[in-house]
Amino acid sequence: MRWGLVCIALLMPLALPSQYLVTLAMLTLVSAGLGQAWNLAGGFGGLTSFGHVAFFGLGAYAAAIVQLRLGWSPWLGLPLAALVGLGAGLLVGFASFRAGLRGSYFALVTLAFAEAFRVLANSLDITGAGLGLQLRMAPGLEAFQFVDRRLSYLAALVFLVLATAAALHLRASRFGARLAAVRESEAAASALGIDVVRTKSLALALSGALTALGGVLYLQTYLYIDPSIAFSPQRSVEMLLVAMIGGAGTVWGPLLGALVLHVVAEGTQLLVSRPGVAPMMYGVLLLLIVWLLPGGIASLRGRIARHA
Amino acid sequence: MLEVSGLGRSFGGLRAVADVSLSVAQGGITALIGPNGAGKTTFFAMLAGFVRPDGGTVRFAGADITGRRPHLIAAAGLVRTFQITQPFAGLTVAENIRVGAFLREPDPRAAMTLARETGTRLGLAAQLDRPAATLTIAGRKRLELARALATRPLMLLLDEVMAGLNPSEVGEIIALVRGIAEAGVTILLIEHLMQAVTALASEAHVLAEGRLIASGPPREVARDRHVVEAYLGRGAAERMASHA
Amino acid sequence: MPDFDIVTAALVGGVLTGGVYALVALGLTLIYGVLHIVNFAHGALLMVAMFGAWFLATALGLDPYAAVPVVALGMFCVGWALYRFVIGRVSRGEDRAILLTTLGLSVVLENLALVLFRGDTRTIETALSFEMVEIGPLLLPVAKIVSAGVALVLAGLLWAFMDLTATGRAIRAVAREPVGARLVGIRPDRMFALAYGIGVGCLGAAGCLLLPSFYVSPSVGENFVLVAFTIVVLGGMGSFPGALVGGILVGVAESLGGLFLGESLGPISISVTFIAILLLRPTGLFGAAR
Repeated sequence: MRWGLVCIALLMPLALPSQYLVTLAMLTLVSAGLGQAWNLAGGFGGLTSFGHVAFFGLGAYAAAIVQLRLGWSPWLGLPLAALVGLGAGLLVGFASFRAGLRGSYFALVTLAFAEAFRVLANSLDITGAGLGLQLRMAPGLEAFQFVDRRLSYLAALVFLVLATAAALHLRASRFGARLAAVRESEAAASALGIDVVRTKSLALALSGALTALGGVLYLQTYLYIDPSIAFSPQRSVEMLLVAMIGGAGTVWGPLLGALVLHVVAEGTQLLVSRPGVAPMMYGVLLLLIVWLLPGGIASLRGRIARHA
Repeated sequence: MLEVSGLGRSFGGLRAVADVSLSVAQGGITALIGPNGAGKTTFFAMLAGFVRPDGGTVRFAGADITGRRPHLIAAAGLVRTFQITQPFAGLTVAENIRVGAFLREPDPRAAMTLARETGTRLGLAAQLDRPAATLTIAGRKRLELARALATRPLMLLLDEVMAGLNPSEVGEIIALVRGIAEAGVTILLIEHLMQAVTALASEAHVLAEGRLIASGPPREVARDRHVVEAYLGRGAAERMASHA
Repeated sequence: MPDFDIVTAALVGGVLTGGVYALVALGLTLIYGVLHIVNFAHGALLMVAMFGAWFLATALGLDPYAAVPVVALGMFCVGWALYRFVIGRVSRGEDRAILLTTLGLSVVLENLALVLFRGDTRTIETALSFEMVEIGPLLLPVAKIVSAGVALVLAGLLWAFMDLTATGRAIRAVAREPVGARLVGIRPDRMFALAYGIGVGCLGAAGCLLLPSFYVSPSVGENFVLVAFTIVVLGGMGSFPGALVGGILVGVAESLGGLFLGESLGPISISVTFIAILLLRPTGLFGAAR
């Protein structure tokens, strides 16, 4: 019953009267999917990353490079990007967790990785340096390019379903239970036979793979990528924020968070169009959530139930 | 089952544990006692892989496990509990225990069944679906035991599972520990309460200032002059003897 | 291989920039050393200080060097109030919450500046902006020499304050023994706000000193976040002398990176240094065990 309602709600935007509104709905879904990808590591695993955009950018560049330089189909770019994100997550995770980085230190090192990738993308020939990479326009299913935004919306929906499925898996599986144990107490987890470094690295790899897919989705929508878009710190913050607003470590939190964030951002944009006002709301929302509702909107249900 | 030889570790020039050798036979309960700061917890941490020794070896069930990482030692069947309990606070009690059960039982449902059984056996039946954060100290101690037991260990290292409990709670834990040992799990425990040690253990080792100073049946060890001096200070044995 | 004079010039230039970096990092390391929190809003607060200095220079004609005490005091108040009314309350002292709070603050401050000043980059010209001085074979900008000199003097003053005054010692006592400090009548929360204020006050001075040779824009702080954290981890979290040496090392690394790797790849020297230090030697070059 509830699943049915969710399905209907998610398909309704296809009936929206303008391409502009469908685009807004699509961006919300992409943002929810990316937030969910962050949530897999940051929420379920407690691995607060400030540089998740690194995986987003790597995925987008990987897909763009194989299309432009090797003539691959974007359909091959998708799994490749996921592999690149997976590998990057494993490497960053293993190196960081092996060195014992956690909390703020882990947040900062992810930020530094994203910045290092930005600088690299900005100076290498293969990434087109500062000019970025532009895909040839070739609308159609075989090129994974859609003029009709309703098709883009469906692609974003598939992405979100994939990310949500990963979250559902974490909630139900042995790996997810172990990840939660590691989040709550690393010492106790390792005393019970859990390889802490491996568990955290795998969580980051899973999260990195999905985030990279989000990067490909962006690329195929706008057909263009450059270092400041691909590795923008603001996107890292947005992923974190989407998960935090909805409820980090919950399955439905990121979808809720993305809805709230986009409604607030678009609403602010409508009221005050001056640049800076809408992104400022991101910061305000983050402060309010941390202050008043650290468990996110998803925790409201428990609160109401307890007060009733 | 467990053979420790020449085990030692210094922290910044301070010998926390020095050249400790002892062995624990399969089955039964052995106690490790000693005054505060004697190096008992460091010793345990080295056995379980949490602190790397700078000398000596640890053999467990026939294999050299010296310096192995904690999860590998746990997988080999040697599992520790924590003096300062470390519940997974955001998880329910049953989920906490299931984390331990997952070591031998990969299937989530089967692991949950095993976890609930283990929890019930340790007197946590009424709390199984509550968040672990809501447990009392006694509940947390039981949870530590239950989680460790759910891993189906060969041997348990129990670090002060009775500290901070009232007498009736101590009695209950003593019965539980005895039950675990009777089911075939070898136990080495750190304990402050002599009453608990004499009630449970057939053998006791005494650490003082990082060194092993006495070994033997608990009642005899408690009368050993080195042990009395370690606890009460130099000359205490003579004073006690002259009063007697 | 660039010729010797150019390398020397880059080295000296790096040392001079490093002096001002050190002042930025000093505030960060003080906040970390006392509060054990990672102040992610550091870059954004530096931006606020630079706008403050810029405003005083354009509206009142106040020379940035003369504005150092004014802006430093102003930023002290900003920092004190932020801790007292925002960070302390919002985060309830939890680690992750503090990190997220300072992240939220940096987002708010940066975009508030964007709302107020738009995205343009602004510079000011002072009497010293284009002055150069010849020392041996080197031609050095006077503004940078003065900035580095003032930065060093201020670092010395801060050090003396923390070591010699009762307030400084109280702050250090809270850092080491929060419980004990409370027993002798020191209120930890007040000391935290004070320490945060002083750390942010350092940014006030740094902002003034940077302005003559740098530009200011709402996002200018982003350039300094990683720089400051790199210095702090390089020097060992919480160490004053470490921050000074680390500042100079990072200034030199950046300047040599630009010279040898080129303009676009050069900045990677900062993030790579930061990653390498954290992964290989997280206690810093001079730090003891954490």
